[in-house]
Order: sequence, then structure tokens, then C-alpha cells
Amino acid sequence: MMVARKTGRRIGPALITLAAALYFFVPLYAAFQFSLQMRRGEWSLDAYRSVLASDVFLNAFLFSITASGAAILCGVLLVVPTAYWVRLKLPRLRPVVEFISLLPLIIPSVVLVFGQIRLFGSNSWLPLTTTDLGTNLLLIAGYVVLSLPYMFRAVDNGMAMIDIATLTEAAETLGASRLRTIVTVIFPNIRAAIVSGAFLTFSICLGEFVIASLLNRQAFGPYMVQLGQDRAYEPAALAILSFGLTWLLMALMQAAAQRKPGQGWLPFRNKAPRP
Amino acid sequence: MVATTDLPMNSTAPRKGRARLRLAWLGVVPFLAFALLFLLAPLFYLVIGAFQTPEGGFTLANMAGLAAPNIAASFWLSIRLSLASAAIGTVTGLLLAHALILGGMPGWMRRGLTAFSGVASNFAGVPLAFAFIATLGRLGLVTVLFKGLGFDLYATGFSLFSFWGLALTYLYFQMPLMLLVITPALEGLKPEWREAAESLGASGPQYWRMVGGPVLAPSVMGCFLLLFANAFGTLATVIALTGSNFSVVPILLFQQIRGNVLYNPNLGYALALGMILIMVVSNLLYIALRARAERWQK
Repeated sequence: MMVARKTGRRIGPALITLAAALYFFVPLYAAFQFSLQMRRGEWSLDAYRSVLASDVFLNAFLFSITASGAAILCGVLLVVPTAYWVRLKLPRLRPVVEFISLLPLIIPSVVLVFGQIRLFGSNSWLPLTTTDLGTNLLLIAGYVVLSLPYMFRAVDNGMAMIDIATLTEAAETLGASRLRTIVTVIFPNIRAAIVSGAFLTFSICLGEFVIASLLNRQAFGPYMVQLGQDRAYEPAALAILSFGLTWLLMALMQAAAQRKPGQGWLPFRNKAPRP
Repeated sequence: MVATTDLPMNSTAPRKGRARLRLAWLGVVPFLAFALLFLLAPLFYLVIGAFQTPEGGFTLANMAGLAAPNIAASFWLSIRLSLASAAIGTVTGLLLAHALILGGMPGWMRRGLTAFSGVASNFAGVPLAFAFIATLGRLGLVTVLFKGLGFDLYATGFSLFSFWGLALTYLYFQMPLMLLVITPALEGLKPEWREAAESLGASGPQYWRMVGGPVLAPSVMGCFLLLFANAFGTLATVIALTGSNFSVVPILLFQQIRGNVLYNPNLGYALALGMILIMVVSNLLYIALRARAERWQK
């Protein structure tokens, strides 16, 4: 009786799991198969070749990589000292900083960029959108805001795991300046957290469409939408490429998150502790 | 204990302590300045603009303008689509989480699907739309497969580029998100509760109706609202699927920013404020319900 009920309980969950796995798998397979059908009558990698050989693609992709990289750099420079300082000196301010950094999860990016365009528009006190450089800066600022929740949470969690008060005290006792404490003591200890936040930022910004499109930037997101309207097979190839890239970034992020300070990048290369 | 050294240690040196505490504020100035400039000020600009005439006087006409037929229709469409996609996502995600956690599935299956969900919940936007066009578009794999079996999907009135097509596409990031956020709640259901219920003679459905269900209810409601907000803000996927023909609120706002299609810039601000309000309310309820749910997870 007990056994019968147990197997009865297993069939339902197995079917549900199978259905979900199928739902997840089919679109990926469909995009993959579709991307191979560009040449009539046989399967080929023509769609991938066509995408990768295009200058427009390369320029858009490089532009987005640069913008995402700049956003990561600015985000780290902004978040790391702030999270450190708030934990160390101003714990009362923590809820405020946390609230601000979670706000972009609530505010849709289309609303955010709307406000920015109007605030920094042609008739404003700081007309960023009138020049190319200014608009690029605004794009990067927008990406920093978008990634703030992920970056702050990653870095703050990283700091929670080490005893920053004691580390700071030790560094100061040995005569290190504040800047030196942050750069040579705190930073290496939360490197894994920073890397994990950076990968997440990268995967969010690389294919970002709304902000880039409304700021008229020739970035990867708007390029993809345009390609989707003009072509049939190349978009499927791009979907497969981006899914692969997202997968890779998430895997790297996981690897970074699980890595302890001082540990090597590859687990099998760690030296055994000496007796 | 470093933090306490910056506070006045005794009554003879309060002045010095105060000054140092005030100096400590300088450390967060860059962050606050950045947030003010690129996050808070733009939001204030929109909120204030929503209550102003083009000449700068106070008015409620913009907010009243949201009731105009085309704008109200947009909000209603957005809300229905978000409700439908959140409901499907909540139910399927809950079923999947239940199957994986309480249904005795092998560990590798659970780890695999959880890891996949981490990726899929970030796989929104344009590529997702492309994958679904290859699946359920007019020439998509599944559409063609069904046709071969004598079932014409598009003859039934279904289209990937309409309401249910979008809801089905959203599910690809909604179900994984549900799985990720509901997992802690399901793991918090203690086996002892089930055993206690069973030893008192409760059947399976009775346990869920009287013990498991009420404990899970706040979490499930909270996650539903999170999914609702997630769908409500979705824009890139819709554009990649439908161009800008499917006028949910984010699309309408997108077009307004592009070319002032509402012929009144301040009505655009009101539209943005309407979006902010819906997002804020659903997120606040989510946070409140999550706090309520965490009582059981200690």
C-alpha cells in the first residue's frame, strides 16, 4: 500500500518535469534548426557566416561590449567604496543605500531613460543628449543604474562574508592609508563577488534594447531588432549565439561566486594544504 | 569595533567625534550624487511634469487624461496580459517546483533545471522573441509539425504575435523565475507537519487544504505579484515580436518618447507615472507578503 502510493506520487511529478523540460528545450532546438536552413535543401552554417561577416554586426557588438565594460568599471568604482564605507562607518545609512540600489528593479528602464532624456535634453542645464560623447555617457550612466541592484547585492554579500572591520583595523595598525586599505586589502578579498556582479552586468547590458534605442545608439540590441525585421534566418542564429553567450556568462559567474579568496580559478589546480 | 571609535567616547570630546562623523558622510557623496543625478532626479522630473501644464502651472488634467479611451485600453491590455502571464507562470512554476522538491525527482534533474532557470530568467528580450518565432511563428518548427499532423494552429485563431502568443513567450522567463523564488518556501514546509497531519488521519488533499496551502499562500501570492510586475515592464520582447503594433503601456510610452504620439508631452509624464505607480504597488505588496511568509521559514 505504501509502495503503491509512492509510485503513484512519482508519475505525476515526472510528467510535469518532462513537460517543463520539453517547453524549455523546444524553442532552443527550433531556433537552432531554423538557423541551419538558410541554404535551400541542405543544412549549413550560412546564417552564422552571414551574421559574423557583417560590419554592422561587428560595430554594434563592439560598441555594446565597450559600453558594458565601461558600465562595469564605473559600477565597481561607485559601489565598492560605498558599500565598504557604509558597512564600516555609516551603518545607519545602509537602508537608504540599499533602497536606492534596489530601485531600478522597480522602475522600468523605459521610464528611467524617459526622465533622463528630458532632464539632460537640448534645453536643459546639462545638455548631454546634444553631443555624441554626452549621449554615450548617458547610455553608460543608464547601464550603471540598471546593474546597480545586482552589483550592490553581489558586493555587499561579498563584504558580509569577510570581517572588514578587523581587516581595516589590522591594515591601519600596519600603517596603510585608507585608499591602500581598500585597494590592497578589501578589494582582493571580495574579488569573486565583484567578478560575479560584473558578469551579470555584462549579460544584462550586452543585448539591452530600450535605452540604447531611445538614445539612438548603434548598439547590439537595436541591431538585433532591425535584423529581425529584415531577415529570416540570421535572427535565429543570433538567438543561438546570445543564448550560448548568456550560458557562458552565467557559468563564469557561478564559478566566480563559488571561488573562495585566494583559491585558484580551476579547482584541480589548488595546492593541497601543507602539513 | 572600529566603528565605535568614531563616536564620542566620553563627554570631554564630543565636538571632535561629531566632526569626524560629519566627515564620514563625505564617503557616500559620490554614490548619492550619482543616484540623485541619474536615478532620482529623472524620476522627480517625470512625477512633477505629470502634474504640470506645458506652461508650468499645476494641473490634474494629465492624470485625468489617462482615462482617455486609447490610453485606458493600453493599461487594460497590459494588465490583462500581465495577469494572464503571471497566473500561468505561477501555476506552472509552482507545479514544477513541487515536482522537483517534494516529488522525489533525482537530484541531478533538480540541479539541472534550477541552473537552467537561472539562465532562462535572464534570457528575456530580443533573442527570446527570435527563438519563439522559429518555434511558433507561421513557419516555426511546431507550427509546421502540427500542420503535418493535420492541425493548422493559425486556423484556430492563434497567433504568436497576439495576446496568447505573447503570454506563452513570457512564460519562458516567468516559469523559471517562479521556480527560483518559490523554492525557499517549498523547502520551508517541514516534513514533520505532513507526518503530524497524517498521524491525525488527514488525507493528502486535506493536508494541502488545511496546512500546506495556508502556509504557502502568502509566498505564492507574493511571487504572483512579482511575476505580474515583471511582465508589466516587459518591452524588448514585445517589440521584437510585434514591431510596435501591440500597444501595451510600455510600447505606448516608447512611441511617445520617440515621436510624441499623444501630442502632449505632459500626458507622456502622466503615462510614466501611471507605470511607476503600478510597479511600486505590486512590488510593495510582494515585499509585504514575503515578510509575512518568512515567519514560517525560521
